[in-house]
Amino acid sequence: MAQAAAVKARPKYLNVFLLGIMLPVPGFVSIFHRVSGAGLFLCMPLLIWLFGASLGTPEQFSAYRSAMEFSLLGLPLVKLLLLGLLWAYLHHFCAGIRFLLLDMHIGVDRAPARASAWAVFAVSLTLTVVLGGLTW
Amino acid sequence: MVKRLVVGAHYGFRDWLAQRVTAVVMAVYTVYMLVRIALLPAHDNEAWRTLMAGGFTKFVTFLFALALFYHAWVGIRDIWMDYVQQISLRLTLHVLTLLALVGYAGWVAQILWRL
Repeated sequence: MAQAAAVKARPKYLNVFLLGIMLPVPGFVSIFHRVSGAGLFLCMPLLIWLFGASLGTPEQFSAYRSAMEFSLLGLPLVKLLLLGLLWAYLHHFCAGIRFLLLDMHIGVDRAPARASAWAVFAVSLTLTVVLGGLTW
Repeated sequence: MVKRLVVGAHYGFRDWLAQRVTAVVMAVYTVYMLVRIALLPAHDNEAWRTLMAGGFTKFVTFLFALALFYHAWVGIRDIWMDYVQQISLRLTLHVLTLLALVGYAGWVAQILWRL
């Protein structure tokens, strides 16, 4: 009997999606760190091109201006993409500082780790609104 | 005498450390440049050119770019290693990533030193 009970108590495979188990906030910070890094890498050619054109000859600078003003169906697509990349950079920045602190064993307990994960989202989104607003 | 570690993943430590050192370099540069831009007398293309044409700015911007490309190499390689299991495809992606990043470094150098 005791053996049967022990067998029954063994952990089962949990389908986290079916049971609606949420990834904890630090997990979201982590996956967003990877996604934002990948997005920034993929957009590097565009960013370097814009950087170079903003500092180039008058012809290149006018190409920079028209690229920045590019819009489709009334949506300024390049500017919106850059706003998204600004958020990606700021998230990657804030989450990176959090990871450096965790490396130094600062805030590794559950409560401070969750609080700092929320702080990463709050600070990066606020900075995106402020810097995006200033530069739009 | 050959000093060779044959056990454990010690070779990963250099990349782990490089990822952190390059991150700190980029973070310091980011704050420095935000301050420099905020302190510009005017926010137009002329002021932007003058800022980027400065010798020190060029030097630290190039260091930022190199830190960025090394950092991206470690991070993107981790992504390929996590999700691409087929070894020949993974090697191809590693090589393409490296070639792109080396090319970007040349591109940034050319942008900076023609100013």
